[in-house]
Amino acid sequence: MEKFTKLTAVAAPLPIVNCDTDKIIPARFLKTLTRTGLGKNLFDPLRYDPKTGNENPKFVLNKKAYRHAQILIAGHNFGCGSSREHAPWALLDYGIRCVISTDFADIFFNNSSKNGILLIKVSPKELQQLMEGAERGANATMTVDLEKQEITNSDGDIITFEVDPFKKHCLLNGLDDIGQTLQKGAAISRYETANKAATPWLYK
Amino acid sequence: MLKPKTLFDKIWESHLVDQQDDGTCLIYIDRQLIHEITSAQAFDGLRQTGRRARRPEANLCVPDHNVPTTPGRGGTQEIEDEESRIQLEMLEKNAKEFGLPYISINDSRQGIVHVIGPEQGLTQPGITLVCGDSHTATHGAFGALAFGVGTSEVEHVLATQTLIQRPAKNMRITVNGSLPFGCSAKDLILAIIGKIGTAGGTGHVIEYAGPAVEKLSMEGRMTVCNMTIEAGARAGLIAPDEKTFQYLKGRPQCPKAAQWELALEQWRKLPSDPGAKYDTEETLDVSEIVPQVTWGTSPEDEVAITSVVPDPAGVQDVNRRSAMERSLEYMDLKPGTKMVDIAVDKVFIGSCTNSRIEDMRAAAVVAKGRRVSDSVYALVVPGSGLVKLQAEEEGLDKIFTEAGFHWREPGCSMCLAMNGDMLFPGERSASTSNRNFEGRQGPGGRTHLVSPMMAAAAAITGHLTDVRELIN
Repeated sequence: MEKFTKLTAVAAPLPIVNCDTDKIIPARFLKTLTRTGLGKNLFDPLRYDPKTGNENPKFVLNKKAYRHAQILIAGHNFGCGSSREHAPWALLDYGIRCVISTDFADIFFNNSSKNGILLIKVSPKELQQLMEGAERGANATMTVDLEKQEITNSDGDIITFEVDPFKKHCLLNGLDDIGQTLQKGAAISRYETANKAATPWLYK
Repeated sequence: MLKPKTLFDKIWESHLVDQQDDGTCLIYIDRQLIHEITSAQAFDGLRQTGRRARRPEANLCVPDHNVPTTPGRGGTQEIEDEESRIQLEMLEKNAKEFGLPYISINDSRQGIVHVIGPEQGLTQPGITLVCGDSHTATHGAFGALAFGVGTSEVEHVLATQTLIQRPAKNMRITVNGSLPFGCSAKDLILAIIGKIGTAGGTGHVIEYAGPAVEKLSMEGRMTVCNMTIEAGARAGLIAPDEKTFQYLKGRPQCPKAAQWELALEQWRKLPSDPGAKYDTEETLDVSEIVPQVTWGTSPEDEVAITSVVPDPAGVQDVNRRSAMERSLEYMDLKPGTKMVDIAVDKVFIGSCTNSRIEDMRAAAVVAKGRRVSDSVYALVVPGSGLVKLQAEEEGLDKIFTEAGFHWREPGCSMCLAMNGDMLFPGERSASTSNRNFEGRQGPGGRTHLVSPMMAAAAAITGHLTDVRELIN
């Protein structure tokens, strides 16, 4: 997993509430066997006309100023719906490394941090300020500093944020969860020995 | 005296392997269900790092999302769509390579993961169960802590049999009253989601309780828990009771003889203690509800079938108003239109929400002796080979085919339209599935979520219909 330390980039405003994972990456693109290559279909139903396949010029990421956005300022409950990790994979493949909203769906939240994407929860008022900041376009970059837990809005205002200390540690250092858990192999074996005695039918 | 605990607290504590100083927990996972869509990259990760599956026998692999449902579909090798075929072959190859139990497309036990887990008795009270699918919440109907995970977590469970988690908050929804005529578990859960909203359960595990929940069959309880994710919660739970034990007794993967008695003794201790504290409580009385139907593109966008398409103009919250306007534009609906005046092109009876034997029977009651409207294409997709066989033994397939419904092989089918069963741009469906998101059933397709009886009624009349007017 790629580290996340500090990012200065264009932020795209996406003020859609309950933006679900089918909007982020529709099911028909889930036939892939890899984690890469999904960026071209990120937000497919919003980005392209379903009948012609042409770009929808009104969609934010199709506007010149936002084509290289790496931060998304999103509406409430972003990433609701399915557990498909293809959603963060598509964001990452497009180049998005950070999403800021008032709330995220739980599974999407977990999936994103395992892929080096930082998700930040802010208050409705702060989201409004960031949404306005993002609407200033390509010359208006934001900075997200994970170590300091600070967002610098395009007007220079600073917003601080909370982050789970373990997730912060993993993101800052690009750590693989499995490698860390395997270091606890002895504790897992102890658990299994006790559990097997209590519920032997689960160990056929 | 010990602090009273909830069902969730009890399962969580009994699965705690390790807890870090910062509160991060390592919890043990008893069972994992694996399907073709969210697993290939996980197996690939294991290969790249030279890791093996820690307990292969704790997993079960089955193809479901991508499989054709056409009669006489044959084996994996005969699947025409190349991408689907490769993905399904990959699941079989991975199961073999890592030594995991695998059910093939031709096996009568094949079906949707969330239908076959309980059918095979893999789902049991008090266990932790995960799957790379958000509707894993279904298994909570048995008092199992079951939740959907992403592919990285599928790999994590394969390699370590654990997951890194933080405890969820406890929420209880007490459902009072009795479901009235024409209403089912589907109407009950749609009414709950309509009340608490699609993010109402975020960060929580929801325990469903109260007389209306106790009265539900196991199939009905699965429908309720299944859609918990549509309220944003991590998992749904229902306390196991005699009905649960009766359903499980004798299932292939359930304990037998003396071990069955030992299991029962443990399972009976699982229900929440009197006085247990919940972070959030909701109460609902379902005695007065009428059949529910969605009008928009989020499961919370639901109304009574006797109602009209709502008007965003009167909504104060600007975000909610703009979401409603966008939904109506996508759905091509005008505020004030009677729900029963909305014509449908396709009807889908199936999915992990509503494809069990009870759902088949409910739809057949409406279909019996009637004809599907000429303007509608209607398909019935049983949730598993065993559901299909049982339905055929009961003659339900004849009722459906004589009425003009298409009787299919098991799979996820038009719920998420990966296998060719889909809506075309502009088409509208009445569907017993769980999501009415934009494009869910095909790009530009429009979905109205309903119960199996309501779906059958819409197929007959050609428009959304109050099923109570068809059956008396």
